[in-house]
Amino acid sequence: MKVKSYFFRCVQYVFLVTAFVLAVFPFYWMVVGTTNSAVDIIKGKITFGDQLIPNLKKLFADYDVGRIFWNSCKVSILTLIGQLLISSMAAYGFEFFASKARERVYRAVLLTMMVPFAALMIPLFRLIVRFHLLDTHTGLILTSLASVFLIFFFRQSYKSFPKEIIQAARVDGAGEFRIFWSIVAPAMKATYAAAAIYSFMTSWNNYMWPLIVLQSNNQKTMQLFVSSLASAYFPEYGVVMNAILISTLPMIVIFFSLQNYFVRGITGSVKQ
Amino acid sequence: MTEKPIKMPNYGRPRWTLSRYHRYGWFFISFAVLVLALFMLYPIISSLIMSTYSSRGMIQRFVGLGNYQRLLKDRVFLQALKNTLIFFIVQVPIMLLLALLIATLLNNKDIKFRGLFRTGIFLPAVTSLVTYSTLFKMMFSLEGLVNKFLLNIKLISTPIPWLVDPFWAKITVMIAMTWRWTGYNMIFYLSGLQNIPDELYEAAKIDGANAYQQFARITVPLLKPIILFTAITSTIGTLQLFDEPTNFASGGVTAATIGPGNSLLTIAVYIYNLCFKYMPNFGYAATIAYVIVIIVAILSFVQFKLAGERR
Repeated sequence: MKVKSYFFRCVQYVFLVTAFVLAVFPFYWMVVGTTNSAVDIIKGKITFGDQLIPNLKKLFADYDVGRIFWNSCKVSILTLIGQLLISSMAAYGFEFFASKARERVYRAVLLTMMVPFAALMIPLFRLIVRFHLLDTHTGLILTSLASVFLIFFFRQSYKSFPKEIIQAARVDGAGEFRIFWSIVAPAMKATYAAAAIYSFMTSWNNYMWPLIVLQSNNQKTMQLFVSSLASAYFPEYGVVMNAILISTLPMIVIFFSLQNYFVRGITGSVKQ
Repeated sequence: MTEKPIKMPNYGRPRWTLSRYHRYGWFFISFAVLVLALFMLYPIISSLIMSTYSSRGMIQRFVGLGNYQRLLKDRVFLQALKNTLIFFIVQVPIMLLLALLIATLLNNKDIKFRGLFRTGIFLPAVTSLVTYSTLFKMMFSLEGLVNKFLLNIKLISTPIPWLVDPFWAKITVMIAMTWRWTGYNMIFYLSGLQNIPDELYEAAKIDGANAYQQFARITVPLLKPIILFTAITSTIGTLQLFDEPTNFASGGVTAATIGPGNSLLTIAVYIYNLCFKYMPNFGYAATIAYVIVIIVAILSFVQFKLAGERR
């Protein structure tokens, strides 16, 4: 019996270690790849090479990486601010000013979460064209301002906020916006952080919609850049690897510095 | 999720009338409602109307349900539908089962380095769909890393034509997707498992239940709402598969075929092609988009039923 359970435990560890190695290895290979030549990468070299400087030089000489990186930052941060403001306000209205009519609106809003983006894409594209926002960051940001998931996420968190505090503030004569802005919002910092990470990650990693909206090279985001680099006829894989690393690095940094918020941002909505 | 009792609250504020209450309520949600109406509701309705038109460039013609009839004879569409469904049927169950298994193992307090395992296995979820597709495309090249490894451990004697053969191309994309999403789904299960009290498992052990029985009789039934949630989000995600096929295909979005023999052509890619690659036919593309909506609705309904009946 003892031997059997010992054996069972070993199998569990072997399984977990295998899963861990498989999950992490591509990251190692990505880092190694930045220092190798195209041929070495395509032949699967797994040790560090000496091509890092040439690869980087080529990347920065041939492309305006700084600008592309800045484009991604700008789009993601502005979308984040808009999404957080609009969604947290809406959730506040739905939760603290509940009424039958607004509850119906809320349910209709939730239902749209089931509609795939592909079904919205074409009318959205025509809308963008009509407003002359094609190939602009404004068009990209404006159409991404509403996030149904975030409204839902904020409302779930507000549920645990004690309503007595709001009542007390009202008795003391605080205005409604002051209650929202300087009492409720500061108390929900963790929720805002989680939502911010979720929002940033979604727009940073977005590919399909920017691909449609943005067309000229100096408007491109990191994802579009990596994609076009890698789908060239003769891709410079060493250069591609560096671009991949640069585009992934912000997410990795955010992940490791704010790991707990990050996980909350993803799971917060399903906790009962 | 739904709260019934909605009464005028007594906030003890002087001159606080019902109309003021509603005015603030509508104001707080107004921005979101405005944006959603413009960029969500309008597109949903507009593409439904569009799907009854056929267009060639600027010329539009009302065809009623003609587009929907055309679908059945469109071989490219049928291939895209088949490819998409294969991805859904094969990849989603394997990934969710794997995620559930890892989460169950990591929920066991006797396992050491749980935090490390959790972090490592989750890490792929921070990569963007473009970057991981590109990364895997390089790893699965003919003379590349994966083939080299499999040859070295003598698992295969000739290199596998990963991205050259239609069958293997699908397998490659499925492997990559499983890499990217397993840890992501695992996190949902882990947070759900934390809500299951340990005593339940203790009691089951005393009653002589083995590990499998504990898994099937306690873990799965209690996690059902979360499993349902991950199943539906994975369904929506898989049916819209776009970033992976286009980035795995040599030549990217502009390639003549997506994957060898169009083996990676998905519905979403076909919609993109109809709008932006060929002479645009927005009406027909909108029809296909609605097919995705219908399939998602049906599959979600089936999943709800499945989850409900096994109670």
